[in-house]
Amino acid sequence: MKINLSLIFCLLLLSQQASASTLSVFACEPEWAALATEIGGNTVDVTSATTSMQDPHQIQARPSLIAKMRQADFLICSGAELEVGWLPVLLQKSSNPKTQPGNNGYFMASDFVDMLDKPAKADRSEGDVHMAGNPHVHTSPANMLRVATVLTERLSALSPENKTLYENNHQHLVQSFADAMVKWQPAIQKLKNKKIVVYHHYWVYLEKWLQLQQVATLEPKPGLPPTSNHLSQLVNQMTNDKADLIVYATYNDSKPAEWLAAKTGIPMAAVPATVEDWKADNALLHWYETVINTLAKAIV
Amino acid sequence: MKKFLPLTFVLATNTSFADDISALKKEFEQLKTQYEKRIEALENQNTATQNTNQAQTNAFNPSISLILDGRFASYQNPPNQYHIPGFAMGEESGLASEGFAIGESELTASANVDQNFRGQMTASFGNDAGNTTTSIEEAFFETLSLGNGVTIRGGRFKSAVGYLNQQHAHAWDFADAPLVYRALWNSSYTDDGVRVSWVAPTDLFLEIGMEGFSGEHFPSGGNASSGAGAKVLFVNVGGDFDESQSWQAGISRYSASVDQRESATLTDTSSFTGDSDVSGLNAIYKWAPNGNYKERFFKLQTEYFHRDESGDVSLLTSGNKTTYKGTQDGFYLQGIYQFMPQWRTGLRYDALHSNNKGNDLVGSNVLSEADLTGQGINPKCISAMLEWDASEFSRIRLQFNHDQSYPNTDNQVTLQYTMSMGAHGAHTY
Repeated sequence: MKINLSLIFCLLLLSQQASASTLSVFACEPEWAALATEIGGNTVDVTSATTSMQDPHQIQARPSLIAKMRQADFLICSGAELEVGWLPVLLQKSSNPKTQPGNNGYFMASDFVDMLDKPAKADRSEGDVHMAGNPHVHTSPANMLRVATVLTERLSALSPENKTLYENNHQHLVQSFADAMVKWQPAIQKLKNKKIVVYHHYWVYLEKWLQLQQVATLEPKPGLPPTSNHLSQLVNQMTNDKADLIVYATYNDSKPAEWLAAKTGIPMAAVPATVEDWKADNALLHWYETVINTLAKAIV
Repeated sequence: MKKFLPLTFVLATNTSFADDISALKKEFEQLKTQYEKRIEALENQNTATQNTNQAQTNAFNPSISLILDGRFASYQNPPNQYHIPGFAMGEESGLASEGFAIGESELTASANVDQNFRGQMTASFGNDAGNTTTSIEEAFFETLSLGNGVTIRGGRFKSAVGYLNQQHAHAWDFADAPLVYRALWNSSYTDDGVRVSWVAPTDLFLEIGMEGFSGEHFPSGGNASSGAGAKVLFVNVGGDFDESQSWQAGISRYSASVDQRESATLTDTSSFTGDSDVSGLNAIYKWAPNGNYKERFFKLQTEYFHRDESGDVSLLTSGNKTTYKGTQDGFYLQGIYQFMPQWRTGLRYDALHSNNKGNDLVGSNVLSEADLTGQGINPKCISAMLEWDASEFSRIRLQFNHDQSYPNTDNQVTLQYTMSMGAHGAHTY
């Protein structure tokens, strides 16, 4: 047993050294997988722990993720307690010093943007609130670009020989966003000041960017599933002050939105909560475009 | 730019003046420059905003959580007569008090000690015949940065000998431990010692570990072998079948030199001295549509343990003694289904088997008084539960047991609450 173990150990150490030229990136959510791919290009080997069809609050700290974290050189997540139910287990069980808090390989995107929704007090009777603020920071391109800048610096520090490549990729990303902003103007103008009902308090950064007014949530409190009582209250609210659109994420149950839409005649839109195919070219731009176009099209 | 052209076209045909196209183009060019400037400005701000949010993430140091547990239990048989024929059990393996009673309230504090270590302690407050009992359920440190997948843990902790064994009682899917855990592990095996584990750098999860314990706590006993009486070896593997399905499987081996392990019986107290070996197998399968556990999920879990013991058993009151060769095994299989958010239901089947021998059967009946004769019974139990999890932090559970683990079949009903306050706990798989 002892001989076998040490043999395996040596082989594995060797195999590790062989693949040292690429950075292994563990992304908690697909948007960060997409960003790491945009900046890192083919010098990074990216894996995403979740998909756009999963609620990032409720992920299982499953064995495959521990195995991935064990091999990671770099960890990129939303942070702000979004992954509090599972990421700490992955960090503990993988015992990978590179991705532990405080090291260069530990990167929480929400550390680098201005957070919205910081609660005045921590009280769980208010639902699942995050003390650091709303963790869904990726829903605004401005946040994404801020994170991109810091990420470029961080990746350059970890892999100095690729600094120029990362900076070029970053420049390209910024330029493509600037181009897209112009292209999106008609949709952006159409959405301005529109009142929306959302499923979860998820889109605050997007709302700020597009100047959308969030007038209600389908969830009675953050993280709690919609109740019939709360939905009937929303019907009353909508009778007095009708919203323009009901928005829910594709991973949400569609029934509450459908019910409210049927009762009030308000159009609804299902949008992916994040990048669906992060391996695709321009995945981030494509996702923002999908969200904006879906919302703009749905509004009558 | 392709999608942009039809839009301009629509706009252009609406106004139907070619001049407007060039006007729009100009406007967009201006916007573009504006945005480029804004983005540039944003980038310049970056350095300023960099560490502003970081202090906050350390606001709870250490993170503290408190678990409240209580229940109303109703039994057909008197719970103090509970025993499982063929098994000498520890004191934590009986039934919970009848009627209203609080269970174990747990207070956990944990934090990174420094860049090298993490520490955690769980104190448990319970009730024993009207007296408040306090115990240190776990108190350990763990390394963070040894690298190469190696972790060392030292102190008092739950052994990795089984899947359920590593979970605190409040994380269980049923109000009580399965029969095989009650009969062999005193509901849960915790001891003082050290664990070294290694996770392989492969996409298939592979964990190999070894634990050395003092051997003080049931089913060990007496700090044998100069206080290094028990050791555990375990191997776990796991992975994903696809986006919706994941699995884990494990094998384990526990071996201990046991010195005077006492066990209360209905009439006396028995004491075992000798060698105890337990082999274990476990498998877990989880399914959720698209891997989204918010709405619905299913979890299938099974564990099997086989124990061989050889040595002597004596009775403390009478002083009678016998040689003892015990063979015992058992398993449980359980399924949990969350059929809608906040609502879960589960079924569990338990079974045990024992075949114990000694040289006294004709004479002094030590084995039968020590409750080590199976009495021709193959203990089994069927449990069903329904729970309402209003949030991640509260749970109300109703459980029914049809318990055939001893001669008089018992029907047990438990209504249990579990409330968690403080730091948001992270859940192991």
